[in-house]
Amino acid sequence: MSILERQVPGVVMTPDHIRSRKLPVVTNVLVAVAAFAVAAVVVLGTGIGNWVLAVVVGAFLYLVGLYFAASRVEGKRAAKNRSMQALIYSACVLAILPLASVVWTLVSKGVERLDANFFSTSMNNIGARDPLGGAYHAIIGTLQQVGIATLMSVPLGVLGAIYLVEYGRGKFAGTVRFFVDVMTGIPSIVAGLFILSFWVLIVSPWFNNGQPRFSGFAASLALAVLMLPTIVRSTEEMLRLVPGPLREGSYALGVPQWKTILKVVLPTALPGIVTGVMLAVARAAGETAPVLLVAGGAAAINFDPFGGNQQSLSLFVYQQAGDASRYAPARAWTAALTLVALVLILTIAAKLLARRNKLSR
Amino acid sequence: MAKRIEASNVSSYYGSFKAIDSVSMTVEPKTITALIGPSGCGKSTFLRSINRMHEVLPGARIEGSLTIDDQNIYDPDVDVTAVRRMIGMVFQRPNPFPTMSIYENAVAGLKLNGVRKKSLLDEAAEKSLRSANLWDEVKDRLDRPGAGLSGGQQQRLCIARTIAVEPQVVLMDEPCSALDPISTLAIEDLMFKLKDRFTIIIVTHNMQQAARVSDKTGFFSIDKTGDPGRLIEYDDTQKIFSNPTQRKTEDYITGRFG
Repeated sequence: MSILERQVPGVVMTPDHIRSRKLPVVTNVLVAVAAFAVAAVVVLGTGIGNWVLAVVVGAFLYLVGLYFAASRVEGKRAAKNRSMQALIYSACVLAILPLASVVWTLVSKGVERLDANFFSTSMNNIGARDPLGGAYHAIIGTLQQVGIATLMSVPLGVLGAIYLVEYGRGKFAGTVRFFVDVMTGIPSIVAGLFILSFWVLIVSPWFNNGQPRFSGFAASLALAVLMLPTIVRSTEEMLRLVPGPLREGSYALGVPQWKTILKVVLPTALPGIVTGVMLAVARAAGETAPVLLVAGGAAAINFDPFGGNQQSLSLFVYQQAGDASRYAPARAWTAALTLVALVLILTIAAKLLARRNKLSR
Repeated sequence: MAKRIEASNVSSYYGSFKAIDSVSMTVEPKTITALIGPSGCGKSTFLRSINRMHEVLPGARIEGSLTIDDQNIYDPDVDVTAVRRMIGMVFQRPNPFPTMSIYENAVAGLKLNGVRKKSLLDEAAEKSLRSANLWDEVKDRLDRPGAGLSGGQQQRLCIARTIAVEPQVVLMDEPCSALDPISTLAIEDLMFKLKDRFTIIIVTHNMQQAARVSDKTGFFSIDKTGDPGRLIEYDDTQKIFSNPTQRKTEDYITGRFG
């Protein structure tokens, strides 16, 4: 008898029996049915809870029952494998449930005002008893603010990451990396306050006859502050994944370092960089606090991000959700749905654009 | 076109660690020189210092002089990219650029260095792929990704990419160690063909390969781990493999050491 066989009985597979018995699928299903039936009877019969508790107890009973059934037929190791597998699948379902629930709630409540009027009018002159009114001004605001923020933070972030990966050595680069990490954790309201005190209260009076002024551009600045660290970190990770021999291959052809980075390293890392940028864009599009602080919100359409109050979709949702009008909640839901759809469309478009290279498929 | 490489008393350091000690050798134009020796003996370091590729690692420097046709490679006013255009390099693992097609890989060196004219690029692509014995295998799928070729084909693509920029010297760092015998043979045949136009220096662990392809052979060794590598013997390949002067060389090639 080998050591393995003595110490861990039932594990060793000698050439005589590499085959083992399998738990029949029917048994598996039977265990499931029995578990949920017992749970339903116990929970609902005694009245200690509703169907949610019944499902939870049922799932637990199923896991336990499966383990015992499998260990009788297949042995301990296989039984552990089965219950772990079932556990992981249920964790996956649990994780997806809230997501699916959010999407379903958004769609079901958002369709009520999903009409042409919603996308073509603002809230200007819309009273509490008026069922119309829309988010046209908010969509414009979100697109402009996030667009300008992206234009500012993407070049800065990508160039910063290139510095950190390709050129940065020693203390300075280490310090920069540390502060980028710190910036990742900045609450959005703090970014908003920073821009409020710096841009709105100090800089904007220079351009407005000494009067401080809210603007969509100020919101862009705050969003850029929030996007920058995310972009730097994700781009840095992607650039580090580009294998060193690729760079060396390019140097060996007599290609200077800047051109190697531009033509070999960046294209190789592009899909990952785009994903990181889109995560940052999605986060910025959903930010409410900084916009509230520095753009102020507005009821009317304002195409000029530099002049005066501007609305954004997330702020619109916030305001409509707290509005006393009986028509406001429907507008809030539709605006929330619009925001999610907008981010989804942007992400898909960016992914397609990054894959335009015919070779990456 | 091919040029002479002359090293005298070259010592190479990574930070404070001395990797090779006082290597001197002359490599004649249009010859193949093989560098052999146990792992960690500094032959790759020596090879990489010829086109200043070791400088990619921070803290790397050399002492002594390395010249290509009497121009010192390490003079302060020398442009590193010019050195590397003159002295090309093929690496141990094939490293085609993953975002480029076969065609773009073959002319990458020209394109990235500013050649735009389509007719010139087409001509260079065909010429270099033919020289690398790859043209017939890929001519119908030049727009397919270079990374989709087999290992041996990828390595020949990398050789094509290297010779497309018309260097004068080609360095090869164990170019066949990741390849099967048939691809290895294809690359050895290729080296014989390229000998007419280039000076070739190849690092190899395969002594039969060194004996088959090279005109001259240099044997590197170290006494123990942590010591710098030294050039023990450098002579005609025939002589090294039949009647070496040094005891260490004989031990190594007969398999009694390393």
